[in-house]
Amino acid sequence: MSNKVRILIAKPGLDGHDRGAKFISRALRDAGYEVIYTGIRQTPEQIVAAAIQEDVDFLGLSILSGAHNVLFKKITDILNQKKIDDIILFAGGVIPEGDIPGLKSLGFKAIFTPGANSKEIVDFIENEYKNK
Amino acid sequence: MKKEYQESVKKVIDRFPERKKEFLSGSSEKIERLYTPDDTQAIDFETEIGYPGLFPYTRGVQPTMYRGRFWTMRQYAGFGNAEESNRRYKYLLEQGQTGLSIAFDLCTQIGLDSDDPMSVGEVGKVGVAIDSLADMETLFDGIPLDKVSTSMTINAPAAILLAMYIAVAEKQGVSRKQLKGTIQNDILKEYMARGTYIFPPEPSMRLITNTFQYCSENIPGWNTISVSGYHIREAGSSAVQEIAFTIADGIAYIESAIKAGLDVNSFAPRISFFFNAHNDLFEEIAKFRAARKLWAYIMKERFGVKSPKSMKLRFHTQTGGSTLTAQQPDNNIVRVAIQTLAAVLGGTQSLHTNSRDEALSLPTEDSVRIALRTQQIVANESGVANTIDPLAGSYFVESLTKKMESEAKQYIKKIDEMGGMVHAIEMGYPQKQIQESSYNYQKQIEKGERIIVGVNKFTIEKEVPKDLLKIDEDVERGQLTKLAELKKNRNSNKVKESLEKIRETARSNKNMMPVFLEAVKNYITLGEICGVLREEFGEYTEG
Repeated sequence: MSNKVRILIAKPGLDGHDRGAKFISRALRDAGYEVIYTGIRQTPEQIVAAAIQEDVDFLGLSILSGAHNVLFKKITDILNQKKIDDIILFAGGVIPEGDIPGLKSLGFKAIFTPGANSKEIVDFIENEYKNK
Repeated sequence: MKKEYQESVKKVIDRFPERKKEFLSGSSEKIERLYTPDDTQAIDFETEIGYPGLFPYTRGVQPTMYRGRFWTMRQYAGFGNAEESNRRYKYLLEQGQTGLSIAFDLCTQIGLDSDDPMSVGEVGKVGVAIDSLADMETLFDGIPLDKVSTSMTINAPAAILLAMYIAVAEKQGVSRKQLKGTIQNDILKEYMARGTYIFPPEPSMRLITNTFQYCSENIPGWNTISVSGYHIREAGSSAVQEIAFTIADGIAYIESAIKAGLDVNSFAPRISFFFNAHNDLFEEIAKFRAARKLWAYIMKERFGVKSPKSMKLRFHTQTGGSTLTAQQPDNNIVRVAIQTLAAVLGGTQSLHTNSRDEALSLPTEDSVRIALRTQQIVANESGVANTIDPLAGSYFVESLTKKMESEAKQYIKKIDEMGGMVHAIEMGYPQKQIQESSYNYQKQIEKGERIIVGVNKFTIEKEVPKDLLKIDEDVERGQLTKLAELKKNRNSNKVKESLEKIRETARSNKNMMPVFLEAVKNYITLGEICGVLREEFGEYTEG
């Protein structure tokens, strides 16, 4: 896999629990990708701006607070407004199974819930990048 | 060790190798095959283990422990709006819960009103939304504050929420002397592990010191801080790091209050702690015992306190949220039961047991009941509460307690050398240590070196859990309407005056509590008060 793949890991909303975001950032770096982590408490606007500025191929959102439906939609709305459709979206966190179809219809390619393995996420990125 | 035994072990291992080359505890401490009197002979009973209720309190802070009364069963709850949470509290009290523990939503914890642009999507999600005294009045409607004790998980704006609690009590005709409870009020672990900070360290420490002083003069039964290792562990620390960093935080609060001119004997008895209970039973038990001993010696030798009350480490425990799995959620009931045992055998004063579905969403009423019943079964059926610290003298537990104590001491020494915890945090030291432990732990799981049942072993096809609790998006709309009405109906002169007073006091070195109390009574919102403080104190951002 080319190490040109760039990934932004972002934490929208107010929750400060970023153990998962930090772990996945490091695991993806270990897998050879370029990873930028935004830190906590980012607004949808800030996240999209960072994704554009860093020219990323993937945007991964991590959230535990339950605000995903609202905040993920805001992020996809802004991306749509800006006509950005070449960033592959994925997410992880405490996200109920029942919300996943809705998030997928917003354009999220994969949702990883607690217990997900970093290998699954690496495989996902490899596959998606190949098919891009 | 006895030669005969070693020889026989060797023979057996040659034929049947052990399951693993190395056995590790939950936080990767090496565990020996066997512990014998050799491992405990250097531990002096009188000075290191001793008697419950007596220095150094290794065996517990009370002379009779659970033979007198069980620990407080305090489930953490709160979601949606004040009405809904009020209903849940009444339900839990009816089910035999003995104390309340309030979960606030993130907006409230970060000092933002529900109508703040940053609050969109978060209102009422992980806890109850409190904008003003009006919400607080609803939250405790029909709950007598002289009868229950209330723990509030609130940190950065703790002083303001405490002011609201006092105001509600006043309206109920309950005197300050009768109030019992705890505010978490521990900002250092927010910078280190949990992220719900508002202000920079210095003014944050001042607000904490102000609360210490106000409470020691006005609310003698209030625990003015709950120094929290829970979140440090949730962020991925080891068990030793959990107690070491928590105690180092405790030292920082004491030093800051002494520097502000307070007498350590006046506030130290109201300092309480909050720890995590993970799955590795013996390591957790040893951790609690080591923490108590450490604190007792620090208070006595470092701070020279006289009263035993100031030396006793009293703590609340919550079972480990991050140990719960989204896969096969019912397995979590068993994990929580083991963790409950750890907390009880470790001598906790109060316990929150997590619900089986918390890796998926906020718990349903059924799940919370099972979690509470777990505590009740351990208390009433298991027999572990019938004698005090039953594992004392165990070669394994005593040597592990000693080992954890000495490892924690090394961390505390290192933090002292860095100039104390505030500096250590600014240098990123504890954050880095926690991240390292967290990464290694997760890697062990991924490599299969550490088994998580249902996740990397004994897996089944994904089952879709039903009946998850969902917070209606209408909660946010309802909260916004209420808030708009409140703001419309207030006396705007009083609002201006109160906020000016807050600004003036913030600029002085006076105690902030009295002006907070006056402001909340005038229905100034939390976001308005914190807004002024943000202007005066500045905001903290992660380096």
